[in-house]
Amino acid sequence: MDDQIKISCSNIWKLYGENPEKFLKENNNNPSTEQLKSNKYIPAVRDASIDVKTGEILVIMGLSGSGKSTLLRCMSKLIQPTDGQVFFEGKDLLKASDKELIEIRRHKMGMVFQHFALLPHRTVLQNVAFPLEVQGIEPIKREDRAKEVIKLVGLEGREKYYPRELSGGQQQRVGLARSLAVEPDVWFLDEPFSALDPLIRKEMQNEFLRLQNMLKKTIVFITHDFDEAIRLADRIAIMYEGLIVQVGTPEELITKPATDYVAEFTKDIPRSKLLNAESVMNNKDKKLYDNTVNCKEKIEKIASKVLKSEGSYSVIDENKKVIGSLSKKEIIKALFAEDKNE
Amino acid sequence: MNKIKTIFKGKFLFIFGPFFLLWLLRYIVPNYTISSKTPHWAYIPPKSCLGGCGSIDGFIPFVDWTNALIQFLRKYEIFGLFTFRDFTRGIANYVDKFLDFTEAVLHKGFPSYEIGPLPWIFIITLTVILGFYLRGWRLALLGGTCFAYLILFSKRGIWELSMKSLAAISVSAPLAALIGLCLGILAVKRKRFANFLWPMLNILQSLPHFSYLILVVIFVGIGTKAGVIATVIFAFPPMARLTILGLQNISQEIKEAGVMAGCTKWQMLFKVEIPAARSPIMLGINQVIMQCLAMIVIAAFIGQPGLGHDLLIRLQGLRLGEAFEIGVAVVLIAITLDRYSQALALKEPERREGNFLKRNPYLCATFFAIIICSILVFLFPFFNEYPKELTVSASVYLDNAIKSFTRSLFVPLGIFRDWMLIYFLMPLKAVFQSMPWTGVILFVGAIGWKLGKMRLALTVMLFVFFIASSGYWVRAMITLYMVFASLVICALIGIPLGIWASKKERRTKLVLNICDIFQTFPSFIYLLPAIMLFQISDVSAIFAIVIYSSIPMIRYTVFGLRNVPQQIIEASITSGCTERQLLWKVKMPLAFPEIILGANQTLMFALFMVMIAGFIGTVDLSQEIFRALSFSDGGKGLIIGLCVAFIGLTADRLLVEWSNQMKKKLGFIN
Repeated sequence: MDDQIKISCSNIWKLYGENPEKFLKENNNNPSTEQLKSNKYIPAVRDASIDVKTGEILVIMGLSGSGKSTLLRCMSKLIQPTDGQVFFEGKDLLKASDKELIEIRRHKMGMVFQHFALLPHRTVLQNVAFPLEVQGIEPIKREDRAKEVIKLVGLEGREKYYPRELSGGQQQRVGLARSLAVEPDVWFLDEPFSALDPLIRKEMQNEFLRLQNMLKKTIVFITHDFDEAIRLADRIAIMYEGLIVQVGTPEELITKPATDYVAEFTKDIPRSKLLNAESVMNNKDKKLYDNTVNCKEKIEKIASKVLKSEGSYSVIDENKKVIGSLSKKEIIKALFAEDKNE
Repeated sequence: MNKIKTIFKGKFLFIFGPFFLLWLLRYIVPNYTISSKTPHWAYIPPKSCLGGCGSIDGFIPFVDWTNALIQFLRKYEIFGLFTFRDFTRGIANYVDKFLDFTEAVLHKGFPSYEIGPLPWIFIITLTVILGFYLRGWRLALLGGTCFAYLILFSKRGIWELSMKSLAAISVSAPLAALIGLCLGILAVKRKRFANFLWPMLNILQSLPHFSYLILVVIFVGIGTKAGVIATVIFAFPPMARLTILGLQNISQEIKEAGVMAGCTKWQMLFKVEIPAARSPIMLGINQVIMQCLAMIVIAAFIGQPGLGHDLLIRLQGLRLGEAFEIGVAVVLIAITLDRYSQALALKEPERREGNFLKRNPYLCATFFAIIICSILVFLFPFFNEYPKELTVSASVYLDNAIKSFTRSLFVPLGIFRDWMLIYFLMPLKAVFQSMPWTGVILFVGAIGWKLGKMRLALTVMLFVFFIASSGYWVRAMITLYMVFASLVICALIGIPLGIWASKKERRTKLVLNICDIFQTFPSFIYLLPAIMLFQISDVSAIFAIVIYSSIPMIRYTVFGLRNVPQQIIEASITSGCTERQLLWKVKMPLAFPEIILGANQTLMFALFMVMIAGFIGTVDLSQEIFRALSFSDGGKGLIIGLCVAFIGLTADRLLVEWSNQMKKKLGFIN
């Protein structure tokens, strides 16, 4: 298996209803929406296949009930999928014994929850040290490590507080610290900032990016907030009614939405902040003009100068090679065009 | 024509139709009335005469079967080694070991080491410190007052009696809590066991105490250990229930956090689940303690010494002043233990930083208190044993007060009592006694079916059939009449009081506080004023039942009315509702399902109290149970107990289902 792939999910199904395994088998592992509906099965995840690459931030996005949390729980085997396969570092998670699973969770996985899920009877320090405690690490060692992580998330001095004494943002910092205490390879975050106020949410997103810059984990991040997704993601997977509709970089989702549903999501995104010269240029015109722009430059930055000048700009890549051109027409189309497939 | 059709389609005729038909039969069919020697079989179940006639056998001999089973358990030797009775007595002996220890600490001392019991000053000081630790000075004051009363009014040995009772409780409460906790955990982890446990808990909790007292006497014997075992059986069900509820209500995320941290099953249980559910579990412990206290008096029936025993003797001798003194002691202990354990349940861990003294102030206080008390006890004998000369007793004054009080009210109370008997209770009793059992079965079945569940209908019909076939039909109907009469009076008192209380925040608080205090009283206490006011009659029994069981009626009414969503009230006010319209058109309909639940609870309470009221001479099932108790007739006691339980369960099933359906219609639950 590819070293670059940390978690590989293939054809994951999760159905709720009576004896879903049998039903799935009878319908060739691919029942249609009508079949599901008429047999009163509730599909949480349908035929989801996705790979999580080492070191990337994969954001799974969808509205509530789209199955994103269920998919995440299938990846960590908190939920047993009805059908499909999950490989974690090449190991078949669904065939792993309870003991193996406990080992994997103790050392390789960390998870952050929407409502923090802190243990109310433990102090901040004891909460953060909890995953170490269940491993049987001795008290002094685990408390030292816990203090380190608490410092990392900026909660120094609050070690003896109880969760109820902290604000929502602080509580989630404890949640982050707890999930990082064991130095996991994979970091699962299930809508970690959804229960927070918008301002705190921004702050926590920055905090999250800062941590990720330092730690370089493999991350699966769940959210229903598209702004949050494009802010944080290397790749985004959009889910709708249990299906993965599209997987791609934020630019790909905006420029080439796979379905109307995706297009609807991306409609209100300030395109100038997201698109770069390369993604909107006229790639047939490879002439060298007087003015040039770098292909990775965001539209936001170059729009005004292109719009002010009469002529076109050449778009060059890192090797100074001309790969296309930009004129007023492309800029305006990129900023205002409704129909991206034109 | 159309009108007739609608009548037949309506619920009313459907439910009551067959019932009335059977009732009418008594005027048509000869030999169908109660006065004839052999009433018609459809009217009163065969072999079930009006009571008072020694042993009554039903047409299914449940009593004989149960007695045969008990004989078998007594005699048959498992593996030829020991009988079931040997087994239960063996357990009882282990219980006795614990009991020896707590009794030695609290009132006997360790004579072999020449150590006396714990001096009173220790008990008061430690109680006060614990009160401070758990909630603050108010609680400490309550605890201090309680024990100060016990020592001060100890002329007739209230302190020693209390210590005897507390010694028994300090064995039975932990044991019951432990058993309940384990069963609860097992039920949450093993679905099959839960399916078995729930109905068991239902029956155990609706079985009157006295019916298993007899079994305890047969299999364990009498005395303190038997009392403890009876108490444990009575006290563990709420613990099991609350453990199950607590564990089931832990948020999914917290459990997932535990799994993701890599907990093993045991780590999950002890480090995540039990701590996360600690509030309901602690509440369970509170319930256990309260149940143990309720058993103080009842366990005295099988020879457990202590406050209950003496209270019982005073009650039997109608020495009300002395009984009152002991009653106050029981109530004070009950309130103290209740508030302490509630405070423990609500106690959140506190953050304390600094040096050892600052971090553990109460631990240090306890330490110093023990040293100081030891010195005091060593220097002054006063602190070791409170001198009898300094004790007081108000019983003589109380007796006189009660006497003059009842004498001055003798005439009006007598008139009231007779009026109640002649115009309300007797006619009602006649109505209930003339209900044909076949009609009642059809009646409950029809309601069950109307509520939309075949299974429900069959269950309740089976319950009623059991009562009818067991041979205690007539007595059961008398019990039902007492319960029903009490329920009506409770509703007449409780609902208006609830409405009044729900109008203002302060009233609500006041009334709920009073309810709290009343609910802590052990049930036997309510017999005291009843006898004082109405001597021995149905009225005094119903009076005791009504005071005891009005509490849930008031509570649920207040709860239902106060829980009407604020926005609905605001919407109605802006629509121009007057105060009265708001109450009757908006609040009451929305609170109605809750009030039904209140009525259900009231009914359960009343059923419990009816059994205890049998102590002052009623002629219903409770009298038969007392009789069974004095003859150690285990089978009879158990079967009558089941009759009572099934009356309760029938009403409970129907009322709860009704309330749930209404709530669903109102969109309160899904």
